[in-house]
Amino acid sequence: MDYKEFYNPEESFSRSELEALQTERLKTTVKHCMDSAFYHRRFKENGLSVSDISTLDDLKKIPFTTKQDLRDTYPFGIASVPLRECTRLHSSSGTTGNPTVILHTAKDLDQWANAVARCLWMVGCRPEDVFQNTSGYGMFTGGLGFQYGAERLGMLTVPAAAGNTLRQLKFFTDFGTTVVHAIPSYAARLYEVMCEKGIDPRRDTSLRTLVIGAEPHSEDTRRRIEDMLSIKAYNSFGMSEMMGPGVAFECREQNGMHIWEDYFIVEIVNPDTLEPVPDGEVGELVLTTINREAMPLLRYRTRDLTRILPGDCPCGRHHLRLDRMKGRSDDMIILKGVNIFPIQIETVLMHFEELASDYLITLETLSDNDAMTVDVELKDMIFDDYSRLQTLEKEITRQLRDEILITPKVRLVPKNSLPKSEGKAVRVKDLRKKF
Amino acid sequence: MTINQISIFIENKSGTLVKVLKLLKEEGIQLIASTIADTAEYGICRIICSEPQKAYDTLREHGVAASLCEVFALELDDVPGRAADAIELFASKGISIAYLYSFLLNGKGCLVFRTDNNSLARQVIQENELKFIPEKDLSKLL
Repeated sequence: MDYKEFYNPEESFSRSELEALQTERLKTTVKHCMDSAFYHRRFKENGLSVSDISTLDDLKKIPFTTKQDLRDTYPFGIASVPLRECTRLHSSSGTTGNPTVILHTAKDLDQWANAVARCLWMVGCRPEDVFQNTSGYGMFTGGLGFQYGAERLGMLTVPAAAGNTLRQLKFFTDFGTTVVHAIPSYAARLYEVMCEKGIDPRRDTSLRTLVIGAEPHSEDTRRRIEDMLSIKAYNSFGMSEMMGPGVAFECREQNGMHIWEDYFIVEIVNPDTLEPVPDGEVGELVLTTINREAMPLLRYRTRDLTRILPGDCPCGRHHLRLDRMKGRSDDMIILKGVNIFPIQIETVLMHFEELASDYLITLETLSDNDAMTVDVELKDMIFDDYSRLQTLEKEITRQLRDEILITPKVRLVPKNSLPKSEGKAVRVKDLRKKF
Repeated sequence: MTINQISIFIENKSGTLVKVLKLLKEEGIQLIASTIADTAEYGICRIICSEPQKAYDTLREHGVAASLCEVFALELDDVPGRAADAIELFASKGISIAYLYSFLLNGKGCLVFRTDNNSLARQVIQENELKFIPEKDLSKLL
């Protein structure tokens, strides 16, 4: 079958066409934002009016929106439409402080599905493909986000969801899965189990495309996974605040992720001065949504550090390319695609009177799997009993898992053996293989 | 009827035990018996020593997680079967023994253990006139 290269005409837009579209959509978005109690107040407080924003350059007059703003207005304070017009919400994990909520109208979901379909099309997915999604479904956007996008494209979808590796492999062989979405560490795990079970990905499966993301990984890791599975692996970028997966995606050049500029206006700023960084330099990614109804966000500080790759992409798309994420400008940890703030862990630990106040979070790559260890100090030897120490360890593990949705390894250590909390204590040690 | 044992939380890392034992050495405290079971991450070091209170205070002052806990110490004749006889008395009353260790001192056997029911254990000791080592005798044992 012969297919066109681009899924949407917007993909072929020149810079000037993109900027014209962005300008129009920015104006519409700002006007629409005045129906949001939050933005209405914010504009008023800053002496701004809708008419002040008529060019892309005017964007910088608008104050940044932060995750804290989302928390402060939890759950629906930023919405620009009445709730009855919304058809879905996604919420961040965790119970510490306020989680964040992102609302969607039917049109938002439609546009989201289109963006994901466009991404998948770009890396060569076609309706003949069988798409298996190993993301958790539910509140995690990697599940439903890819699901609707893959359906939109017309692939046969296998919503396998997370876990149960043997079943995933059975689906590969029985259903002839050709495209898989998995976080890099899980892709490596799939290969490991294939080896154990004597499954040769080349001989026994039809896999050819892997979509990865949501977990920091290096170019080396990508190449290794590609070799192991004999597959092409494409990096992706998304975040629930911007809708979820589908924000930016690598094309077949595998050199930077095109961010869809008909959906977003991209800025890269110095996280300290909040001034734009010179072209090509690393800074914090700031995004403005220009294609959303329920909850547009203006100049949202993503806290992700990256840069814009200079030059044109041979694929013919003029949408800017983001480099691999270089880290965070806050203390958020991304582990197995899950966002975790150390304060969530701290809050859980503080409830245990057996523990002193110091703790250490270590992130490591153990045989291709990223894992978290939490060292906690035993305040006192209040019991002379192994079973109670083990019970304590288990209870801490359980409560942490409930909070961060990942099961860490909890290690009891004697008091005074961890770095002191005075000044800037080292709370997180990231020893993962990446960048 | 019980003696004070020091229980110390020890990380399974080289040098941690030395640090604790050195603190006791500097205070002139003598070990009578000690035991550590092997586990993957940490262990509980249990010590019977000449001056448990002083040992405990010293460790605490130096920030070591330690506790004092009551254990029984029975003195047994050093002949086969004495331990079995003694333990049977407790078992027959439904008393569980959490842990137990033994050592020889001046030709006498000494059985140290912790139970899940100290008052009942005291009763067993009294009724059967078992010979126990009182705390004040600990330093005399040496």
